[in-house]
Amino acid sequence: MMKLSASRWGGLVLFLFALFIVVPALIAASGRIDFYFTLTSVAILSIASAGVWLTFYIGRINIGQGAFALIGAYVSAILVTKAGMSFWLSLPLAGLFAAFVAVLIGLPILRLRGVYFAMITLVLTQVVTLTALALPITNGAKGITSIPLPGELSIFGLTLIPDFASLENTRLAFYYTACLLMVLTFAAMYRLVNSRLGHLCRSMQQNEELASSIGVNIAYIRIIIFAISSFLGGVGGAMFGSIAQSVYPSSFQVADSVNFMLNCFLGGLGYVFGPMLGTLVLYFGWDLLFELGRFQLLVYSSLLILMMLLLPNGLLSLRLPGKQGAGK
Amino acid sequence: MSALLQVQNVTKRFGGLTANHDISFDVQDNEILSVIGPNGAGKSTLFKMISSFLPTTSGQVLFKGGRISNRKPHIAARKGVVRTFQETTIFKSMTVRESVIVAQHLRAKASLAGYFWGTRAARADVERFGRYADELIEFLGMNAIAGEQASNLPQGNLRALGVAIGLATDPKVLLLDEPFAGMNHDETMRMVDLVRKVRDDRSVTVLLVEHDMPAVMNISDRIVVLNFGEKIAEGTPSEIQNNEKVIEAYLGSVDDEIGM
Repeated sequence: MMKLSASRWGGLVLFLFALFIVVPALIAASGRIDFYFTLTSVAILSIASAGVWLTFYIGRINIGQGAFALIGAYVSAILVTKAGMSFWLSLPLAGLFAAFVAVLIGLPILRLRGVYFAMITLVLTQVVTLTALALPITNGAKGITSIPLPGELSIFGLTLIPDFASLENTRLAFYYTACLLMVLTFAAMYRLVNSRLGHLCRSMQQNEELASSIGVNIAYIRIIIFAISSFLGGVGGAMFGSIAQSVYPSSFQVADSVNFMLNCFLGGLGYVFGPMLGTLVLYFGWDLLFELGRFQLLVYSSLLILMMLLLPNGLLSLRLPGKQGAGK
Repeated sequence: MSALLQVQNVTKRFGGLTANHDISFDVQDNEILSVIGPNGAGKSTLFKMISSFLPTTSGQVLFKGGRISNRKPHIAARKGVVRTFQETTIFKSMTVRESVIVAQHLRAKASLAGYFWGTRAARADVERFGRYADELIEFLGMNAIAGEQASNLPQGNLRALGVAIGLATDPKVLLLDEPFAGMNHDETMRMVDLVRKVRDDRSVTVLLVEHDMPAVMNISDRIVVLNFGEKIAEGTPSEIQNNEKVIEAYLGSVDDEIGM
């Protein structure tokens, strides 16, 4: 089905090998168990960032992914704690609900372009936070705590995923789950971008008027893309809530929404796998600068600005200098 | 049989300004019809209303008897009325071939989900699009620049690319927005030949808005003249050249240019 060159297949196999075998082995050898949480977070955040990247792909700056992540986290938490639903069922439902909200919000606001769309999405996170504070079902500022760990998932008596509570190493289980979701997300993204929908997105990104003149229903595609984007945000949020076993109105804030967007910028807007690399570098970059104490933010921000100046097409443009140069 | 495209009493007002007032004319199947007029005569506005890029204030545009005005551009395009733009409106970071492939969107048989999963219909589409793109590029004589990125092309080629993108949608009526603007004599003549070829070989009806008088007189089967938003004349090039009203309102001061 997927036509990949030999070198790409090689890269994919190597990546999966590193992700699922080398990294856990290294962590086990070094005893740095805390890295599981860090890497799991990176994997989950990169899923939400992938959604933001997709909205960039239709030429919209999306600073509202935190809103959809928060919605997803709450939907999953409420379904698990109040309705007693299995986490594994609540995960896609959280995504679908976030997508549904995105359609409702997207219908009016996706007409806006450029900075106007960005401004509205920036407000969304705050709106969802305030809504979560006000609604009785979300339990206000106290949030939803003591969310049970994901239970067993079995089909016809065959256990696909064991009950997390019964596992010795839940960190590893979450790591594998998050990585698997991330791999699925980016495989789907790669497929989407290289299919006709992706080509239509590119045509809209480059010129919406011309796209509509060749018969592209631009309003429809925009809604679809925004819904997919928010689906990914919702899934990421739900996953996060499950790991933290709690959701608060402050679980995802405006700063998180901005970070989702920065992840995309940093990795490269022209590359499907940009958000993955961007999230990794941004997350670890912040942690690595921890030693600097009160200068952490200053150095961090300066480095970001420098990187955007020197590598406007993102980190992945470093890897493909020949390809980039040929176009110029 | 009624005309292919009927513009019926179309009026457009922007606040107090009347850009088009009660304009009616028909476009027959397989003809090349030009809309001309001095700057500000309302040509572009009319053009946008026909392609549904702007709603009309009153009146309507019918294609094969069905209304295409006051809808969305993609609906007009789906019915077979496709407009081109001036050269800046292109897919900048796509190659010529990629642009022509994307523009075949309407000819797709497989659904968007079908493409995602790579169904047989989708694969057949992809292959068909590629083949048709090559054929169209060959037809328009653009082989040499097929792999070139659009943003690197000179102006003359961009215009041809615009026509290629429009043609790729398989239109019944192609609306050309000033196809000869900013071109020298040779380029204009090449473009005139190209537009004729499109009409003759692909049986596409052409409606164009243009300033360039010699080219318009050369290429058009019929001409509609607008002045201050109103239609003041309609007829064959020779009728227009001899029309008192047209000469008075528009051509009088520039008759050197039309070679009269």
